[in-house]
Amino acid sequence: MNDAHVADVSRRHFMQGTGLIIGLTILPKTAAASVTQGNPQGVEGVSQSMNAFVRVAPDNQVTVLSKHLEMGQGPYTGLTQLVAEELDADWEKMHVEASPVDDEVYKNFALGMQLTGGSTSIANSYEQFRKAGATAKAMLVMAAAARWGVPQNTLTVSKGVISHKASGKSANFGELAEDAAAFSPPQNVSLKSRDQFTIIGTHKQRLDTPAKTNGSAVFTMDVIADEMLYAVVAHPPKFGASVDSVVDKDALKVAGVTMVKAIPQGVAVYATSTYAALKGRDKLSVTWSESKAETRSSKQIENDFRQAMSSGGFEASATGDVEAALAKQNVTVVEQEYVFPFLAHAPMEPLDAVLLKNKEGGIECYAGAQFPGSDADAIAKVCGVNREQVTVHVQLAGGSFGRRAQFGSPYMTEAAEVFKASGMDRPVKHIMTREDDIKGGFYRPLTIHKLKAALDSEGNIVAWDQHVACQSLMGKQDELDETSVEGAREVPYQFKHHRCMSYNTSSKVPVLWWRSVGHTHTGYTVETFIDELLEKGGKDPIEGRLALMQPDSRDAGVLRTVAKMADEAGPVASNAARGVAVHKSFSTYVAQIAEVTRNQNGEPKVTRVWVAVDCGVAVNPNHIKAQMEGGVGFGVGAILYDEVVLSEGGTVEQSNFHDYRSLRMSEMPHVEVTVIQSDASPTGVGEPGVPPIGPAVANAWRRLTGESTYRLPMVKAAQA
Amino acid sequence: MLSFTLNGEKTTFDGDPDTPLLWVIRDANHLTGTKYGCGIAQCGACTVHVNGMSKRACVTPISTCEGSQITTIESVDGREAKAVQAAWKSLDVPQCGYCQSGQIMSAVALLKQKPSPSDEDIDNAMDGNICRCATYQRIRKAIHDAAKEMEASA
Repeated sequence: MNDAHVADVSRRHFMQGTGLIIGLTILPKTAAASVTQGNPQGVEGVSQSMNAFVRVAPDNQVTVLSKHLEMGQGPYTGLTQLVAEELDADWEKMHVEASPVDDEVYKNFALGMQLTGGSTSIANSYEQFRKAGATAKAMLVMAAAARWGVPQNTLTVSKGVISHKASGKSANFGELAEDAAAFSPPQNVSLKSRDQFTIIGTHKQRLDTPAKTNGSAVFTMDVIADEMLYAVVAHPPKFGASVDSVVDKDALKVAGVTMVKAIPQGVAVYATSTYAALKGRDKLSVTWSESKAETRSSKQIENDFRQAMSSGGFEASATGDVEAALAKQNVTVVEQEYVFPFLAHAPMEPLDAVLLKNKEGGIECYAGAQFPGSDADAIAKVCGVNREQVTVHVQLAGGSFGRRAQFGSPYMTEAAEVFKASGMDRPVKHIMTREDDIKGGFYRPLTIHKLKAALDSEGNIVAWDQHVACQSLMGKQDELDETSVEGAREVPYQFKHHRCMSYNTSSKVPVLWWRSVGHTHTGYTVETFIDELLEKGGKDPIEGRLALMQPDSRDAGVLRTVAKMADEAGPVASNAARGVAVHKSFSTYVAQIAEVTRNQNGEPKVTRVWVAVDCGVAVNPNHIKAQMEGGVGFGVGAILYDEVVLSEGGTVEQSNFHDYRSLRMSEMPHVEVTVIQSDASPTGVGEPGVPPIGPAVANAWRRLTGESTYRLPMVKAAQA
Repeated sequence: MLSFTLNGEKTTFDGDPDTPLLWVIRDANHLTGTKYGCGIAQCGACTVHVNGMSKRACVTPISTCEGSQITTIESVDGREAKAVQAAWKSLDVPQCGYCQSGQIMSAVALLKQKPSPSDEDIDNAMDGNICRCATYQRIRKAIHDAAKEMEASA
């Protein structure tokens, strides 16, 4: 077979419309099979590297290399703003692309490897990317000073031009780039103070917007290589089942199907088009071995999890003596259990990857990777090549919500197995269908909370006891997994007696963080339970919360702001009610008030939402607002409609968007956002908009109807 | 052999006539702005215009497209398209962007039918287009802005 399937590259398709020009002319076409459309990384072309993050081209275009995946949350633009600010660049000349993969050079300082997640992209890069810009500027200034024989401190830099006032000389970055790259980067550069910012803190249009409005943005799904095969995998119907036998006769008869191969994850069908691969997969007859499969239903799993809470558990936090306080005679004890379903992430672009062998025998992978180093490890291991021979080209991702972030890279392991089983002679694009995605596990775990509180005779909350049973996302058995109880172990309220207990449960259903992780359930329980307790105690939901908070805390700040926003919006609509929630996640504080009414089916309809967010320095306020709007919409959809249910025997009931509902246009509330002015270091916004919306909606619904929601989703609960 | 016009160019397809238009556009013609999202006409990511009407390419067999004029995001044009794309950019509508080709194609089709749509018209026309990033509020505003721009320049 022809083994010269070279990953030679063309950038003509990358970010069309954004004016990206660097590297247009590089790498001659040398082999039959090549990537003809994709976003290759590491192609320097004619531009000069100032450092690992900044390149300047002779035509004065500046490119920032983003160590973080762009999956909609905006780091491409935010990180570029950080660089441009300190570089004193002309914003119109700024571009961005994915950095190469290197777990050291492009490490996420919050998480120790190259990784996008945990709402950390701006937070961990804030100093690093500003320094990268400042360092590059210093080198350009050195080059200008040397060229003109003038002291550096007589030069000024503005909008990408360096000037020497006395002589009238000036040059743009592009003209100085080659000279500048020859200088050693200075070790110490000073950064601007906040009052000197002209780019940070302003609304700059997303650099990826033009390409995302004309069809030219290239996602992994859109990568094309010559002679590429399309592959889909038939997965077992139950978690933990494996292939016993395959009859592939009919599948191989489908025109375009070239191969069928059993792999550890299922049965792969390869074809010359996606449709042929799908049709071939439909014609497979597979017998599955279910001896190691999860055969419990969601209901049975829930009962087992409840049972697990009867003993043991890890004390995640404790203040005072909760048990004694609850046992007192003169208190009213309130108890409640909450049940949360498995949830799928359902990013618009299902998981996918393109793998091919290059002429050196190495493997190139195109994927929207949140853990690209880990994915490269998985490819090397499966395909039997050295890690250094694997190159991952990080593509734009069509959403993720946590789905593309997997320790041990189980998805990439599957894609690599598919590629390996193909013989690796031709490039292979592996895609998951929506059904693979919804049925494929890696869900937000099914979780049970039990809460108990004591109210004194004046309605004050004197004790709060919270127990959480959750499958550990970190795979922990015998130790506390903090992600199970984040948002419940530490609450903004000062309770004299407070305890949070965590119980690790287990099932064969693979679980994964889902946009805001543990906060998806802890935010809901804490904020609905306290709302009910305040109501029972005769207290106002806002004033009652504030009375339990440190008055000058940032939690109190966002709560006061959101209350003011809702007040100023006027009275509550007739046949509607408002509910509030406040929750800190990923070091960002968010308070929300939701106005909820009934739709014609008697179900909750969220009409308006007010949001106050404190995320420290707001690098791009408009994008922060967008993340809050999106977080609200994502959360409303999940809280109203979504659950993945394992039926009797352990098969997943849902399969696609008709039975795993997503919020739609007519169901989207109108969202107003206030971004709090702050000098604190910036924190993330991708996830923190999600946790408060569920409880805000449920609290409004309870105030409207008298019905509490202890089992999600709400619409099913409302009908029950 | 099936013949149709794709973005103004005479195009033929001689594969399985059951092949959905989506895969003919993407795999056979390498136009990748039109996206796969569900395969069952539930998400609208594959929305294209067939003879000027909005269609879900993922459930439209190519056999039904003989002689049709098919327009994808790559070549959608005209005053509605220009106004919609400009409004999308001005409001920074997209987040991940994967669904936006379909959203724009649906919005353009709506404005062709109703140059000044109400919120209810927008709900009806756009409810078939899922955005998991939930950019709906900006999509709604962008459609209204595009309508205003069209009126102002009429």
